[in-house]
Amino acid sequence: MAAPTEQRDEGGIFGTQREDLWWVPPTIIAIGFTAFIVYSTWAAWVGEHFFTGLPEAAAAAQGTNYLSPFYSPCLLQGCEHGFLAGVIPLEIGTISPAFFILWAPLGFRATCYYYRKAYYRSYFADPPACAVDEPRDDYQGETSFPFILQNIHRYFLPFSLALVGFLTYDAILAFKFSGGWGIGVGSIVLSLNAILLATYTFGCHSLRHLVGGGKDCFTCDEGDETVAKKSWDFVTFWNENHMLWAWLSLFWVAFADLYVRLVSMGVIQDLHIVF
Amino acid sequence: MAAPAETTQADQPSSGPEEPPRGGQATFEVWRGDEDDGEFETFEVETQPGMVVLDAMHEIQADQAPDLAVRWNCKAGKCGSCSAEVNGHPKLMCMTRLEDLEEGPIHVAPMKTFPVEKDLVCDVSWNYEQNEEIEPFDGRELETPAEKEKGEFRMQQEDLDRVQEFRKCIECYLCQDVCHVLRNHDKYDAFQGPRFMIRYAGVEMHPADDGDRVEEIWDEGGIGYCNITKCCTDVCPADIEITDNGIIPMKERVASEKFDPLAMLWQKVRGED
Repeated sequence: MAAPTEQRDEGGIFGTQREDLWWVPPTIIAIGFTAFIVYSTWAAWVGEHFFTGLPEAAAAAQGTNYLSPFYSPCLLQGCEHGFLAGVIPLEIGTISPAFFILWAPLGFRATCYYYRKAYYRSYFADPPACAVDEPRDDYQGETSFPFILQNIHRYFLPFSLALVGFLTYDAILAFKFSGGWGIGVGSIVLSLNAILLATYTFGCHSLRHLVGGGKDCFTCDEGDETVAKKSWDFVTFWNENHMLWAWLSLFWVAFADLYVRLVSMGVIQDLHIVF
Repeated sequence: MAAPAETTQADQPSSGPEEPPRGGQATFEVWRGDEDDGEFETFEVETQPGMVVLDAMHEIQADQAPDLAVRWNCKAGKCGSCSAEVNGHPKLMCMTRLEDLEEGPIHVAPMKTFPVEKDLVCDVSWNYEQNEEIEPFDGRELETPAEKEKGEFRMQQEDLDRVQEFRKCIECYLCQDVCHVLRNHDKYDAFQGPRFMIRYAGVEMHPADDGDRVEEIWDEGGIGYCNITKCCTDVCPADIEITDNGIIPMKERVASEKFDPLAMLWQKVRGED
């Protein structure tokens, strides 16, 4: 078919008849993403003040046992946190432990169906908003490199599910202080972090497909509600607000890192009671 | 006895959260033209509370421009005929109330993605051609001994719920209109658009269908061009979750058959290809 869109040139780089503030959501999202990318890159790069259980943080940490989610699980020697500590024969200080971890959540979120929508709109203006013209003509979508690689989203899923487990384990350990079990602000921060990451991960579109969405019929084999149907219903429940969980978990993981960092540095004191 | 004082609607105490209905003089800028050329023409219309944009177009037809071309039918959001762009938003004119619009002149234009026949009427026949290219429903044979004994294939409502959502489509083509792959990039030869992605989903996910359209969805359908920015879902007047329930499940099936070596190996082991 001929291109009918040439009939009505709406003018400008972002031509549209829309008169509402269509540019506000993509701008806010771009600012939010950029802030997170800058902060998380810095936090991963510095390689220190990520664990309040380290000897150098002992004076400031008041017996807390908080590990930043950017660094969990800590795989290097000297971490003394969790059963995977030391599996990589490198000492803390030689390289940031975050580099061994962050590729998994980074890949999972970068190929996530929700985040794709968000950054295609905010960073690539493909499109910037609905019914708003795009600044460039060339477009191949997800049919060619690099965006055809979005199809490997499901390969990051097992690592993200494992991270939910590790962060839950960290959250439990956050209730353990040098004087015994207790509860502190950091325990709550890290628990919420694990919960929010779980709500985001369990609503994954690829997980929804893998647990049952790939089937044409849930009941045809057994004539009754199957495990696949129940699993699909569970994932669908969380999937319905995938965007909300994506943003809450993104914000909270950065906040959790910041909290642990500030406690570890002695900038703030963790409020806690030990039973 | 003195006559009771007349009360106006404005004098009435507010009885709830409802917006006051819009009425009075309104300015409409309506696209007039054909396949070669056109421009916005201004009309002043005396509106009434509760009017929709289609009512205003009919007022203009009746009083000011009897040759204004508008396609409509049911005026109830069910036939999908009166698709247009109101203040730049793809909408059904019959479901767009004036009080829901921003203050100021109201722009009414035909769908940008399809050739204009006249004024607000577009030629949407390209969509009918796409529909004909899709492999239709292919009923499965009776397979299991139980099915053969009963002579029927039985399925539960919960299995049909997924595909029945797509049957709500009224073929207004607003999703096609807003899809930037068609609207901005003119990929008419490469991508069939969101309406037909859910047409694929409706048959491909049907429990009683035996067809396999995954290759077709990638090649002829061009699903790879969709970058799931969800504008189609946003404009759907039937509230179909086009992206989450239709396009993404199809993308995942394509990923399983074309891009996921483990899934392909698993299918080979199970003899599914």
